[in-house]
Amino acid sequence: MSLIKNHIIGLVNAGKREDGRGYLEYRKPIKIEYGISAKSAEGSARVCIGDTEVIAGIKMEIGTPYPDTPDQGSLQANVELLPLSSPEFESGPPSIESIELSRSVVDRGIRESRAVDLKKLCIKEGEKSWIILIDVYSVNDNGNLSDAIGLVALAALKDAKFPKYDKKTDKIDFKEHTEQVKLKKIPIPITVFKIGSKYLIDPTINEEKASDSRLMITTTEDGEICAMQKGGNSQLSVEDVEKMVEIAIEKGKELRKLL
Amino acid sequence: MYKKRFDGRKFDEMRPMEAKVGVVKRADGSAMFRIGKTIAIAAVYGPRELHPKFLQNPEEGVLRCNYNMMAFSGSGERIKPGPSRRSKEISHITEKALLPVLNLKEFPGTVIDVFIELIQTDAGTRCAGITAAAMALADAGFIMKDLVSAISIGIIDNQIVIDVDKEEEDYEDGMCDMPMAFMPKAGEVTLLQCDGFTNKEQLKKALEMGKEACRKIYEIQKTALKNKYKVEE
Repeated sequence: MSLIKNHIIGLVNAGKREDGRGYLEYRKPIKIEYGISAKSAEGSARVCIGDTEVIAGIKMEIGTPYPDTPDQGSLQANVELLPLSSPEFESGPPSIESIELSRSVVDRGIRESRAVDLKKLCIKEGEKSWIILIDVYSVNDNGNLSDAIGLVALAALKDAKFPKYDKKTDKIDFKEHTEQVKLKKIPIPITVFKIGSKYLIDPTINEEKASDSRLMITTTEDGEICAMQKGGNSQLSVEDVEKMVEIAIEKGKELRKLL
Repeated sequence: MYKKRFDGRKFDEMRPMEAKVGVVKRADGSAMFRIGKTIAIAAVYGPRELHPKFLQNPEEGVLRCNYNMMAFSGSGERIKPGPSRRSKEISHITEKALLPVLNLKEFPGTVIDVFIELIQTDAGTRCAGITAAAMALADAGFIMKDLVSAISIGIIDNQIVIDVDKEEEDYEDGMCDMPMAFMPKAGEVTLLQCDGFTNKEQLKKALEMGKEACRKIYEIQKTALKNKYKVEE
């Protein structure tokens, strides 16, 4: 691997990338498809960035609100890096990579940005509220799963409708749907990678492996930051962070238009 | 009496089908198979080294199948991730359905992993998974004696129906559910299960109809494989 790493770093230092793109250029096209599991899920979507493919689906349940937020519903996310999608992913309990993605990209990115008004999910204060469950799966890992996962989770949410709930019988009829889930904000996570002294986005697998540090930054349309996660084994300077945030805000605008 | 099918199909009519080979680029072989609203994808990795070592078979390769329904792909509530009794059994019978067409003696000490994921379901998921997996194995370049094509047969009020959907599966007076898989060229059975009542004569008829249905699926599988490896003239 270190041979490839040296090669990638050499390319980046010479102003190049292995597939000829600019540092801040996504693979094209980025495809978003809605309703890919419309028969089964309350909302669903597929996102392809180059050959990287992920899918997400939404299911809804009714539960008891948390005691500290009796007037709110909740949102839970789960990301699975399927062994189907890469020779490097293994079967078994969730890997730390998938847990980190669930928590940073989806959980924090979507919940902390208050993209969904959790108060609208409350059915009866302190007793009943909707739980929105987002499940994201990798189908083909060809680099940059994290941006794809952030985008697909939002796309599935955007596609989601509430199933019909009968208050009298306290049952959900999953065959019928009522209103659309409303998104107040569109928080887009962008992961900026540092290779040598350069910043780049949408890495290939080799570039991901050649990078020693990265920062995932979720921004909203107001240009606000709502979630961050630093990754990789090396440190970042304050100046690095500032520059990476600028990139994430700009690139966030680009991806937001696609939704 | 079940005189007319819920969705208006003829008793021996299958839902629209679609097959595509090479849907997971990172895998050694992959395929998608859709029948009606049931969508399965399968990916094959291997032969690769099998760990832990004591699982290795020095005489032949090990086929390991993993069937999974995505958490949102059921008709009701979310399915909890991770293997269940049902998914483990289906994984097991999928292995048995595919083994007869492979020659694993060529790959001692290794494992061939087959991952099957259901994206959307409307009954017939194990059959769709097996049909997709057979194409994925062919795509991965394994020398195979035959393909494997699978279909679910139902018996509702003594009426044999081909390709059961969820509405039929939930038929209120009960039904007999018979998933089957065939090596379409040889006409031999590699999967047969039965959940419900039938009799000798009916079974014979059902197997005949199942074989016929699998021949049609086989044509779709072959076309999908040829499409991927089409040589530009």
